[in-house]
Amino acid sequence: MLRILTGFVEELRAVGIPVSMVETIDAARGIEYVDLGSRSALRAVLGSTLVKNARHYSAFEAAFEAYFSAVGPRAGSVEDQARSEDARVLLAGLSGAAGLSGGGDGDDASDLVSALLRALQDRDQALLQAVVRASVDRLAAIEPGRPVGGAYYLYRVMRRLELEKVGAELTDVAARDATSSLERRLVSEEIERRLTEFRQMLRSEIRKRLVADRGPQAVARTLRRPLVEDIDLMAATRDQLVEAERVVHQLSRRLATRLSQRRQQHNRGRLDIRRTIRASLSTGGVPVDPRFRRPRPGRPEIVLLCDISGSVATFARFTMQIVYAIAAQFSRVRSFAFIDGMDEVTSFFGPGTDFPTAMRRIGAEAEVVWLDGHSDYGNAFATFRDRFLEDAVTTRTTVIVTGDARSNYHDANVEALRDISRSARALFWLNPEQQRYWDTGDSIMGAYSPWCDEVSEVRNLRQLERFVEKVSIPTTRPIRPIA
Amino acid sequence: MPTASPASIAAALEAVGYLPDDHIAQVVFLAERLDKPILVEGPAGVGKTELAKALASVHGRRLIRLQCYEGLDEAKTLYEWNYRKQLLRIQADAHTDWSELAGDIFSEEFLLTRPLLEAIRSTDPVVLLIDEIDRVEMETEALMLEVLSEFQVSIPELGTIEASSRPMVLLTSNNTRELSEALKRRCLFLHIDYPSIERETAILVARVPELPRVLAESMARIVASIRSEPIRKPPSISESLDWARTLIALGIDQLDEAAVTETLHVLLKYQADVDKVAAVLAKS
Repeated sequence: MLRILTGFVEELRAVGIPVSMVETIDAARGIEYVDLGSRSALRAVLGSTLVKNARHYSAFEAAFEAYFSAVGPRAGSVEDQARSEDARVLLAGLSGAAGLSGGGDGDDASDLVSALLRALQDRDQALLQAVVRASVDRLAAIEPGRPVGGAYYLYRVMRRLELEKVGAELTDVAARDATSSLERRLVSEEIERRLTEFRQMLRSEIRKRLVADRGPQAVARTLRRPLVEDIDLMAATRDQLVEAERVVHQLSRRLATRLSQRRQQHNRGRLDIRRTIRASLSTGGVPVDPRFRRPRPGRPEIVLLCDISGSVATFARFTMQIVYAIAAQFSRVRSFAFIDGMDEVTSFFGPGTDFPTAMRRIGAEAEVVWLDGHSDYGNAFATFRDRFLEDAVTTRTTVIVTGDARSNYHDANVEALRDISRSARALFWLNPEQQRYWDTGDSIMGAYSPWCDEVSEVRNLRQLERFVEKVSIPTTRPIRPIA
Repeated sequence: MPTASPASIAAALEAVGYLPDDHIAQVVFLAERLDKPILVEGPAGVGKTELAKALASVHGRRLIRLQCYEGLDEAKTLYEWNYRKQLLRIQADAHTDWSELAGDIFSEEFLLTRPLLEAIRSTDPVVLLIDEIDRVEMETEALMLEVLSEFQVSIPELGTIEASSRPMVLLTSNNTRELSEALKRRCLFLHIDYPSIERETAILVARVPELPRVLAESMARIVASIRSEPIRKPPSISESLDWARTLIALGIDQLDEAAVTETLHVLLKYQADVDKVAAVLAKS
């Protein structure tokens, strides 16, 4: 057990979850008190001692599946085969009673489908478990030794069982009894939940077989998923973006709290004599409790210039979301969006803005497209300089540009960026692309970077958060090279 | 006296009106065995504070609560010298020798105990609840470490005060900031999320006895459905309880779109959310 535990801890660390020595010891001590046959007890012990952040739970779950799915009889053992046999008997009895053909032959899945329908309808967990086992036995066709995570096998089983049809059929049956549209909606949600549960059961059954085949370490490695703050936003899947979406909200709220606290801590200013003396009256004139003045620190002004063309739109949205969430830290935030034209979009955002909706409205209503709707950084910067520069940018302004600097071979128009940079206090560029791809193809990052105070590769939420925090601290004006 | 098994903890908690799920019972059981504080995290209103209260009444212990807020410092968490009383003492006895006086004014008589010290000095074991620890600054958090790991408080003038009984400690956090690694290391982590439909139904029935079970179940399903919408503040357990009481007060025993839409403002705290959910309900 101890060896499995250290292997498990190593796996967690490899994913990026920080696990200290003390916590490992706690887990080992905790294990002594629980029933090792119970997965939920084991998960509670390991989860509460090793993982101290709710965001890391999904990564923990994946590793846990790989390492401890073998709790209970091992796949392939005598006991396990007996269970498979039981499942077969249960299903055979059922199909006999229902007068259905088939039972054991490899190709026909209709008996499984009808058993599944029955199990889901009656919420019969034993039957459901039997269906899961039998389907994986007969339909997954697991090939031993292949280094896969099981997604393909899952897909194969689900296709053969025709889960969509099962879901639709269940909904039909249930909807017949439903009296109102609200009821129908609730019923279909309920069915969706049961199907998800079934899918989950299939997945862990398949993983169990994989672990029996290749061992937990290998399976855990194929299942490894990045922590949400490390997801590459440019290459994220839809599920990952949804997850990132949820976290970005928390993240920005946390950032806001941290920043406001830091401001207050650092601002113990000069002694306030009047208030100190006033306070000392209650201690007989002894100034026990000195009072201080709170100086008002300068808050930077922010101007955001975001490329919102397809490839980098999501990244632009996350940047805006975080910056607006901590808008209280800035004296003013103005935002501009561009593709090949540039327009001010500040008015689309206010308190309580729904960002996805706002971004859609910007695409439809703001003048971000000038000619053909392909990024043209040169023209966008020129438009900004001519129309907005004087009004929006002063020596107190920090300009933040987000985009991949892929300008579709248009003229870079470096002078425009130079003029913007000269009028601002600082100009930062966030590039969501990997640094090694900069200046390849139509990327002209190199042309612009001399006029940026800093160009950062910001590809995930962790980097984005760190950057925004840095910007929010007022800096002294950097010394610029005179051109 | 530690409880025998997670199941018996669950039963004991249920008896005082708190319905834990399996995971909560397991972690509480473990915390009692390992003698470690529990750091409870989760969205607002899922019963984090309630858990501490329930544990206190299960064990028949006193609950000492420290509500955290920004600017909380050691004078309000641990102890403070009663300056005014000390001054009075000095002025009243102006002719006494200083060395005699010094020993006198730094005695327990002039000590104002605050929740953390109180929890440690109590002769009967207590349950200590440190609520919303994410609101205090890093420095204050560090100050609590000594208490949480050693169960002792050092007062320079009096020496170290050790716990006469081990308090059971729960910390809650709404996750508005990252807590320090040192603090997390010393605690068991318990994330409480919104309850499953079955558990929420059970909670509703247990807390609002006059609520019919059928109604409770359809309420739980509707609340779960609302929580899956992308809204600013999803309804918590306490809001579903309010909703249950509202429905009873209005005499509604059958939920349809109209009834839900009319009472939505009890569940949702933002007008934007109310509009959004009402639109979804009307569409379905």
